[in-house]
Amino acid sequence: MSSQEQDQATQNLTLVQSVRDALATEMESDDDVLVMGEDVGKNGGVFRATEGLYDEFGEDRVIDTPLAESGIIGTAVGMAAMGLKPVPEIQFSGFMYPGFDQIVSHMARLRTRSRSRYTLPMVLRAPYGGGIRAPEHHSESKEAFYAHEAGLKVVMPSTPYDTKGLLISAIRDPDPVIFLEPKLIYRAFRGEVPEDDYEVPIGEATTRREGSDVSVFTYGAMTRPSLEAAEELAEEGIDAEVVDLRTVSPMDREAIVESFKKTGRACVVHEAPRTGGLAGEITATLQEEALLYQEAPIQRVTGYDVPYPLYALEDYYMPNAARVADGIKEAVDF
Amino acid sequence: MSTLERDPRDGMVQVLDEDGGVVGDVPDLSEEEFVAMYRHMKLARHFDERAVSLQRQGRMGTYPPLSGQEGAQVGSAMALAEDDWMIPSYREHGAAMVRGLSLEQTLLYWMGDERGSLVPEEANVFTPAVPIASQIPHATGMAWADKLQGDGETDTAFICYFGDGATSEGDFHEGLNFAGVFDTPTVFFCNNNQWAISVPRERQTNSETLAQKAVAYGFEGVQIDGMDPLAVYKATTEALEKARNPGEGERRPTLIEAVQYRFGAHTTADDPSVYREEDEVEKWKAKDPIPRLEEFLRNQGILDDERVAEVEESVREAVANAIDAAESTVRPDPGSMFDHVFAEQSPELRRQAEEFAQLREEYGDEAFLEE
Repeated sequence: MSSQEQDQATQNLTLVQSVRDALATEMESDDDVLVMGEDVGKNGGVFRATEGLYDEFGEDRVIDTPLAESGIIGTAVGMAAMGLKPVPEIQFSGFMYPGFDQIVSHMARLRTRSRSRYTLPMVLRAPYGGGIRAPEHHSESKEAFYAHEAGLKVVMPSTPYDTKGLLISAIRDPDPVIFLEPKLIYRAFRGEVPEDDYEVPIGEATTRREGSDVSVFTYGAMTRPSLEAAEELAEEGIDAEVVDLRTVSPMDREAIVESFKKTGRACVVHEAPRTGGLAGEITATLQEEALLYQEAPIQRVTGYDVPYPLYALEDYYMPNAARVADGIKEAVDF
Repeated sequence: MSTLERDPRDGMVQVLDEDGGVVGDVPDLSEEEFVAMYRHMKLARHFDERAVSLQRQGRMGTYPPLSGQEGAQVGSAMALAEDDWMIPSYREHGAAMVRGLSLEQTLLYWMGDERGSLVPEEANVFTPAVPIASQIPHATGMAWADKLQGDGETDTAFICYFGDGATSEGDFHEGLNFAGVFDTPTVFFCNNNQWAISVPRERQTNSETLAQKAVAYGFEGVQIDGMDPLAVYKATTEALEKARNPGEGERRPTLIEAVQYRFGAHTTADDPSVYREEDEVEKWKAKDPIPRLEEFLRNQGILDDERVAEVEESVREAVANAIDAAESTVRPDPGSMFDHVFAEQSPELRRQAEEFAQLREEYGDEAFLEE
């Protein structure tokens, strides 16, 4: 923590440490915030996202629950309706399905169903995505399910700074948020993260790399290979702009359209399967909003429409910098 | 001995027998409260009959009838203290009405108007849940929140209603299991009405009773005669009291299995003659909670012909007024469907709302409405 000594105002954190930092920050300032889930207490979470919180805040605010996803999400719905701000953790997003009914039938609908008498200021956190050589059901990227459901916000950060700011925004949001954390990059790198609290607004994209030839639209763990590809192609004279959506619902359509109007070409990158994936939504938006700016077919670099393979083959499934570079070139060479 | 301490397999708790004769300890209710109980039950019955009729006439959408279940609904709801909470399924119009939800709102809801879902602030009633058993974890979470907010203490109890079919769902297990582990002030009230649409209670579980499932969660379960409003009132009162103030070694949650029967269909879209015999219905109709309570109250000198006529008249008037009010309510503003999705509309939702408004402006509402 030498950087912390040099600069009191920031700390150099990994992405998963910034999750913990956001939770601690909000729990410190708001007694209504509590963390619940399997192994989040004494064990500090299987990915250490809640490490030390149990000792700091006690068993009533960092709650080890029975092993039951619907029970965790369903009781959190009840807690949130009563004014608490629960942040339930599901250990892997691939285990959210037993709680799917609670997510779509209640988390998403309670405000509408009660005409706003009840709101659910809850954040459902889960690590998502592949690339860590995990067993079956541990690598899924199913953000499209949740983005398709009215009443939910879906956030997918890509940097430690954004993670803390977005998670704080999510906890303060009066509506329910699904917060999907890219576990591939939980510890891949560090970034400067302010010690104090701050918000990164939900629903706003950010441009990670300015460029003029082609727009790459991505989010979460795929932001890194997208940037890597952009840097590689810069050497070949292709100047790619990389837009990190950060929130996939509500999506920052304006930022997407503006970037596309500038470049006229686009490559959308996500690790989720292609059919029904958000690349289709982004492409449709560009067709509606910026057709006359379009210089080439919009490329999709995505996971395939196959059940997520066991890890011997996952490198072939997940988009990487090479595949992104290929997609970008397809868009540029048309 | 407390009603709740019985072995859940020892048979049903009863206060009134099928003819309204006293077979147990009569709960301590005032004359007015007894009459109120009777009136609520008569109101629920008449409301139900009129609601089914409205549906048959095409004046209302699909509706889930409650006839036969008035004793369980009214008896339990009247046991609640003012600050207690009710978490209903979709059939508890009678119970919700006791807690202050107007008949007009219930009608609006089943007439497809979202405004029927807006429970007034003063009524501690959660909005009804349709997916079976899904409200059970909510009730646990709400009660748990209350206990956490009171640093382990609470003076509020939470009653959650569900049917026999719900006990087969994972959410029943998860909700009760959490309640047991975290000792939440929740009363789980199972309206065992014998049929989950067409599937009988025997096909839901091989357990001898539903009440005994509480044993698995580490708290008390009791089986009561759900068509005996006084037994319902008594057991629910004890369970609510224990939720708020458990004695030494007691656990707050309770599972009550109220054994009863749904006289009518599961919903108006269902035809029960396909799956059950008329003899069975007749057998249960002999246990009807309303004449049972009426007989008891007549024997006590609390009701006479005149008072019964008065109650019937006031019930007819209340339901007629509610129907008039619901039917004369102007349809909801179509644009309101965009209003309660988020605290603040997203840009895309705003765009869709504007697009919708423009379409209505251009083509008129006639273009949207079915002939």
